[in-house]
Amino acid sequence: MKVNIHLNKRVAIIGAGMTLFRRRLLETPQEIAWEASNKALEEAGLELKDIDCVVIGSAPDAFDGVHLKGEYLAHGSGGIKKPVSRVFVGGATGVMTAIAGWYHVASGLCQKVLAVAEEKMSPDRPHPQAVFRYIWDPILEKPLNPNLIWIFAMEMHRYMAKYGIKKEEIALVSVKNKRNAINNPYAQLGANITVEDVLNSEVLVWPVQLLDVSPVSDGGAAIVMTSEDVARRYTDTPIWVEGVGWTLDNTEWPGRDLAYPRYVEFAARMAYKMAGIERPDKEIDVVEPYDPFDYKELHHLEGLLLAKKGEAPKLLKEGVFDIDGDIPSSPSGGLLGVGNPIAAAGLMKVISIYWQLKGTAGKMQVKRPVHTGLAQAWGDLMQAGTVIVLRN
Amino acid sequence: MNRIAVIGVGWYGFRPTTPEVSFREMVFEASSRAYADAGNINPRNDVDSFISCQEDFWEGIGIADEFAPDQIGGAMRPTMTVTGDSLQGLAHALMHINSGIADIVSVEAHSKVSDILTFSDIVKLSMDPIYVRSINPQNMHFIAGLDAVKFMERKGVSREDLAIVVEKNKKNGLSSPRSSYASNIKASDVLMKDFVVYPLTELDIAPFVDGAITVVVADEETAKKVKKDDYLLISGIGYATDSNNLETAELGKAEYMRIASEMAYKMAKVNSPRKHFDAVFVDDRYSYKELEHLEGLRISEEPVKDLREGNFSPQGEIPVNPFGGHLAKGVPLEASGFSLLLDAIDYIRQGKGEKVLVASWRGIPTFTGSVLVVEKP
Repeated sequence: MKVNIHLNKRVAIIGAGMTLFRRRLLETPQEIAWEASNKALEEAGLELKDIDCVVIGSAPDAFDGVHLKGEYLAHGSGGIKKPVSRVFVGGATGVMTAIAGWYHVASGLCQKVLAVAEEKMSPDRPHPQAVFRYIWDPILEKPLNPNLIWIFAMEMHRYMAKYGIKKEEIALVSVKNKRNAINNPYAQLGANITVEDVLNSEVLVWPVQLLDVSPVSDGGAAIVMTSEDVARRYTDTPIWVEGVGWTLDNTEWPGRDLAYPRYVEFAARMAYKMAGIERPDKEIDVVEPYDPFDYKELHHLEGLLLAKKGEAPKLLKEGVFDIDGDIPSSPSGGLLGVGNPIAAAGLMKVISIYWQLKGTAGKMQVKRPVHTGLAQAWGDLMQAGTVIVLRN
Repeated sequence: MNRIAVIGVGWYGFRPTTPEVSFREMVFEASSRAYADAGNINPRNDVDSFISCQEDFWEGIGIADEFAPDQIGGAMRPTMTVTGDSLQGLAHALMHINSGIADIVSVEAHSKVSDILTFSDIVKLSMDPIYVRSINPQNMHFIAGLDAVKFMERKGVSREDLAIVVEKNKKNGLSSPRSSYASNIKASDVLMKDFVVYPLTELDIAPFVDGAITVVVADEETAKKVKKDDYLLISGIGYATDSNNLETAELGKAEYMRIASEMAYKMAKVNSPRKHFDAVFVDDRYSYKELEHLEGLRISEEPVKDLREGNFSPQGEIPVNPFGGHLAKGVPLEASGFSLLLDAIDYIRQGKGEKVLVASWRGIPTFTGSVLVVEKP
């Protein structure tokens, strides 16, 4: 992809809002979307009538049980009598929503955009896993009735086998993120757990155990993105979008190197090029990698070029990714601690970085000064990577 | 906003069923043709980003975008899905180009509707789960019926007028190779049919078709390099949602078209749409929708009068769906907007006009429309 190093227009985030992430929220999907949108507008100091365009992100339609889900969510997201559209790259949708919001403004089409991500997974009975029965190739894979955790177990196993990584090393991610989530007022599953707790939890599909996995959640998240001149009028502390990148690998996941997410690397390289980042491990101050499984955070830190292949567990053990480490990773608590309403979880990662760079992350605020942050999401059949780089 | 250029189009299908291909093969065929039409470009090197327009429930696949990249050449490239009509996807392509991250974008949309066994049940799933779906509507067209009655009362439209629209479009379709449902039907034939839901008969409702369409767009400078002067310009684009809640949207008026067209006209600097355009390609999946949309687009304040006077015929003052629209060609789900754009491109390439308007609607139960202003450079 052509990457415009001298961006046509600077784009800022000037407001963000989230709902609580919970197993079962009583609100409808439209109400969840509106709660997050309303908070984002309030922080930005804008009203709905000021918004030019609305971008919606939501992952599989079946979670909410609504066909044409973008249309349905338009109402709750404030998308009435306005240009509204929904973008979608499976689990990577949350960050893609922010990227789409960025290009709505950067292109000059809109000045003020509301980007909203929502997911309500609790209507799925008996469990959202049932929805994942329909994500496979209908001819080659569906007849085998694979389970989603089954293929992630393969990926985790491959990652461990290729680099000689032990489960104990991976479990440290879950320990770190759930501990960080205790400081997050929106979090569903903050806890002080130990490596032993993870290793003693129920085996789902070996080597994936219950505490290796993020919880099922309902939730919504929203941000307000504006052009530079608008941002300057409404805030003294805009957070700038400096780089975006996204990549979709081919559909045939069994043919891939499961030990390394090359699509994340491609997306990251695009974003880094745009942001002028040459040494990501030196230049990224805080990172929110996508962590629906604990091994995925390590996987993604390597794909983001913040650790060499197979070395993320070692850096984790050394404390590099702790909240007071050199590159704090998932200071929000990530999906493992905050919860995983798929698309909303990705946008939550962007919001977490926004708060860190703005200095309003409260108890989640990392100890050292931060100027450049990165949020990343991942999805589809282990094939989608989305990356956004923000600066204050 | 800079204009973008259409440098290549390719399509496959436009038949009630396409058993010889899977949806992925169909998209591959359409994309290959589009890249050939775009001057034999290689998508792996020449296309900067890829957009697929699709919806999970139409595909029968959860997370349908997983299956987007391979057949359009978008694997390991910036590929994404816009869950909307193909013209909304095109709007995102315009933004990719204008934000500076792409010079050439490929946009794909398709319909494999023949694979869907329970179409009306899927449409029911798109209705609000609390206020509308729960009444268990027996006929998915009931919202169109309500909308049609309100529009007809407001504008003095009769059943005969709707039948004239059907006759016009099905006859116009005879001049297009994509028209599976074209025929020499008469208005009286339409009036003899039973109602599916008042005031619409089976012939007032466009059937569905399989089809895949890929459109390649570029910034104008790149278009000149690749195609010299053999390209068309999208000089205005707009899309809008009125409200998706039935109880809050404005029935009897295509408010979404008014908002979307205002956006597109402003971009294209169109002040008098009626005078500006040589032809209009507008969504007519229900016969009354053609007239309602023409009002929303400010093409006609009195669409019935214009229809009766023949102003919308291919030889009239402003031809509307001169190749038959959806009533003749069928509705290819998310590719609907592109199917109208294909007609528009054919119209200009055949030298019948230079400035045309394309306007698409997402269908029941949505109140979302998209508008393009297409012209020769």
